[in-house]
Amino acid sequence: MTKFNYTAKDFKSAAEVRWCPGCGDYAIMNAVQKTMADMDIAHKDFAVISGIGCSSRFPYYMSTYGFHTIHGRAAAIASGVKSANPDLTVWVITGDGDSLAIGGNHFIHLVRRNINLNLVLFNNKIYGLTKGQYSPTSDRGKITKTSPFGTIEDSFIPGQLVLGSRGTFFARAIDSNVKHTQEVLAESAKHEGTSVVEVLQNCVIFNDGIHDYVADPKFRAERQLFLMKGEPMIFGEQEDKGLILENGHLKVVKIGENGITREDILVHHPEEDNLGLQVALINMALPEFPVAMGVIRSVKAPIYDQEMKKQIETVQAKRRVTCMDELLQSGNTWTVDGENCSEPVKFFDNKCFV
Amino acid sequence: MKDAKVIELEEVAIRFSGDSGDGMQLTGTLFSDTSALFGNDISTFPDYPSEIRAPQGTVGGVSGFQVQFGKKKITTPGDLAHVLIAMNPAALKANAAFMNPGGTIIFDVDSFSEKNFAKAQFQTLDPFAELKLDDYFKIPVPITSLTKESLKDLELDNKSVLRCKNMFALGLICWMFERPLDYIERFIQNKFGKKSPLIAEANLKVLHDGYNYGMNMQHATPRFIVHPAPIEKGIYRNINGNLATAWGLLAAAEKSGLNLFIGSYPITPATDVLQALAERKDLGVKSFQAEDEIAGICTTIGAAFAGHLAVTSTSGPGFALKAEALGLSVMAELPIVVVNVQRGGPSTGLPTKTEQSDLLQTLYGRNGESPLVVVAASTPSDCFYYAFLAAKIALERMVPVVLLTDGFLGNGSEPWRVPSMSELPSITPRKATNPELFKPYNRDPETLAREWAVPGMEGFEHRIGGLEKNAAGGVSHDPENHHINTQIRAEKVAKVVDMIPELEVVGEAEGDLLVVGWGGTYGHMISSVRAMQNAGKKVSLAHFNYIKPLPKNTAEVFSKFKKIVVCELNLGQFASYLRDSVPGFHYYQVNKMKGLPFSVHELVENFEKILEA
Ligand SMILES: Cc1ncc(C[n+]2csc(CCOP(=O)(O)OP(=O)(O)O)c2C)c(N)n1
Ligand code: SF4
Repeated sequence: MTKFNYTAKDFKSAAEVRWCPGCGDYAIMNAVQKTMADMDIAHKDFAVISGIGCSSRFPYYMSTYGFHTIHGRAAAIASGVKSANPDLTVWVITGDGDSLAIGGNHFIHLVRRNINLNLVLFNNKIYGLTKGQYSPTSDRGKITKTSPFGTIEDSFIPGQLVLGSRGTFFARAIDSNVKHTQEVLAESAKHEGTSVVEVLQNCVIFNDGIHDYVADPKFRAERQLFLMKGEPMIFGEQEDKGLILENGHLKVVKIGENGITREDILVHHPEEDNLGLQVALINMALPEFPVAMGVIRSVKAPIYDQEMKKQIETVQAKRRVTCMDELLQSGNTWTVDGENCSEPVKFFDNKCFV
Repeated sequence: MKDAKVIELEEVAIRFSGDSGDGMQLTGTLFSDTSALFGNDISTFPDYPSEIRAPQGTVGGVSGFQVQFGKKKITTPGDLAHVLIAMNPAALKANAAFMNPGGTIIFDVDSFSEKNFAKAQFQTLDPFAELKLDDYFKIPVPITSLTKESLKDLELDNKSVLRCKNMFALGLICWMFERPLDYIERFIQNKFGKKSPLIAEANLKVLHDGYNYGMNMQHATPRFIVHPAPIEKGIYRNINGNLATAWGLLAAAEKSGLNLFIGSYPITPATDVLQALAERKDLGVKSFQAEDEIAGICTTIGAAFAGHLAVTSTSGPGFALKAEALGLSVMAELPIVVVNVQRGGPSTGLPTKTEQSDLLQTLYGRNGESPLVVVAASTPSDCFYYAFLAAKIALERMVPVVLLTDGFLGNGSEPWRVPSMSELPSITPRKATNPELFKPYNRDPETLAREWAVPGMEGFEHRIGGLEKNAAGGVSHDPENHHINTQIRAEKVAKVVDMIPELEVVGEAEGDLLVVGWGGTYGHMISSVRAMQNAGKKVSLAHFNYIKPLPKNTAEVFSKFKKIVVCELNLGQFASYLRDSVPGFHYYQVNKMKGLPFSVHELVENFEKILEA
């Protein structure tokens, strides 16, 4: 039984969507809207906060409360929204440039504080809105308008950054697989703390096909490893490949070869605090490895906004000062009441304030 | 035996000065509190070094605290000290220029050694002659050795013993000015009593020994009497500007029925505002120490979006960082209060010194046409009222408000008659009430303020942001719409003029010279104007607390004077703003850029020159 019987459509606003035809953002928005409908929370309790970029136009297209802010600062603004009102369900929509370049500082601190919100990082490995400059997730050597001879810098791997900032939840999905994206978003919505979902997103105009090698439906089974809690890490068309640990390193093996059985394959435990293995999963790259998709890490930790609330309640339970009049008269005060003293003049009378 | 050397004074300024490790700020504060309790009006000025660990004994490491107290209303900490307590030669050197001619210097003779003369870079072995202080009244006191002697029976290490030196000086000064010790005793008990009774005992013993030393040596030390000041009835406390600012914001939260949120990042001299609010979890304050100033204001904007009275505090460099987000709050028309406790600039400038040079940054330092309301406090205690008002204006007009204070106000203190909450005006936030009629940029026709609907309110779901919008809240690139909205945002700020009082003139409403100032220079300005008036000059003061918008009657007030002089601790920022906003007058200027407040003397001198010109 659901209270509201929402469908994804109920989360669409009247505003005309202005993304380029074929942009991956559409699919991601559909997945988010479906996820929100399934959450069965009133429209009024959602706040969707974004920075600046193509993806950050997102709040305008939602029928919830929304705030399209400034470049890179969505994480900080959302932190304020959620700290002020922990009862709200806050979603942050951001791009790779928005979050990891200009907003890098706010991003890592949001994750470190573990504020209970969902952040969807649209990773098209390029700056879309400013028309095609390289981003902090563009691969070394990438040729763009600002790197006509190829970039000479290494890129961030967003999941690494999240785990390095003591993140409690990280998942990966791809725009073209709406069903999987939705499953991952649903998991992120359930997680208490900062959940970061990296969605590999195609920018048809400035970086078309950047994720094709991973996304190609023909090879999906070989190139993507769908992680499931409590399940062995198996992939491949025949479900015959898996991951094992050898000398502390991940290794792809074939079930049935060299005496390897299903039982030898690593089982995925996103709920365990196993940073080494989770980072290794995040780092897996083609062609040696499949790309890890799904929830990679989901652990419990104290939540900032809840802790803030609790701390206030704890202090208030033992407080001596309960209102301003008491505060004003607390501590070192003295009373003046001599014969030659005049009657007090109120400040605002004095300053003829109306 | 009645002492012969009793000097009755109207007002007196004392400067405590020593190495930054000598505890001079505490000594000064305790003496000020005691004087305020005694019934004097006071004004204080802490002057501390920006380097936390400048080498001991050097001039760079000197920490000072000046207090002026008296039987009349005291408006400044005093230009020049009547009494200087110098704990070492460097302190003497750093402060010689701030002494009243012929003043009294109490110094720790034990530290006046050859080694310390060298550290303070004296050329000779006679620092007094070198500084031309020969005809000053000098009282050499072996403070270090007497402190050691006093504590020889307690089992204390040498370092702890030396830490008590300041109490000896304090005890002595209390005797000289007839101050009772009970307040200081209570303070020491509260501070150390439970945790380290031995330290408490040592401090108390040294304090009394200092007092008794004065009594026993009275043939050598003059005694001063400063009678209590006649004042208004009420409950009083000492307050500094930063605490008053924090409390004013708390009072506004209570009045408006909203929760208070502060998102901020530490920076001298504004940090105390954040700290004072962080302490008030008992009143439900949500304090968020952000990763930088940008995040500080951004969390604040987020909290305002979520329906809180949202505040951020900072000083110059931090204010610069907030500029882009301030523009967002202008565009989104969210009520936030930004406190800028100004300090010397540009860049890191003079972090611990006062200045008024962020005015133009505050008025214009953003991209686009980005008007907001600017208010300035003028005394440590009125920071409370202007912080309260800043919040009232923000909440009732849906506009960001910048409150300018400065290091002098923030750290300076004065006794304050504590108001009751019932004395303060009401605050009615513009919360939306009718979802049928709600549009994000529907405006009150009178004030042009939009309505505030916050997440969680059923039926008001809407989207805002930094992009230009039409009235319905849709993104709009329509040229006409942008032109009109630009005017509306400016007009909305201009209409705040209805909420603010008219400009008052201290003195006659017309005359030869109108002295104009704004913000934290008030105390020195009024003292100098009064001095001129007492000398029969036709001089009046117009001091501004409301900078944008300016009070309605500004031009009218200006028109009644033959000459106008604008005094500020910058190169003339308010003067240029006035030239632009209140044209048609010739504005003389008095400017000072030394990281120090004005002195009454220099103001008077300048005014006389202008009168003669
Ligand atoms: C302070 C500031 N600097 C630069 C910009 C210009 N800018 C807007 S979006 C953007 C990059 C967006 O890239 P990304 O976050 O990857 O989003 P996408 O458009 O690809 O979705 C830049 C540089 C800006 N709006 N504000
Ligand atoms: S430029 Fe790229 S990211 Fe932006 S809307 Fe178009 S396709 Fe999407």
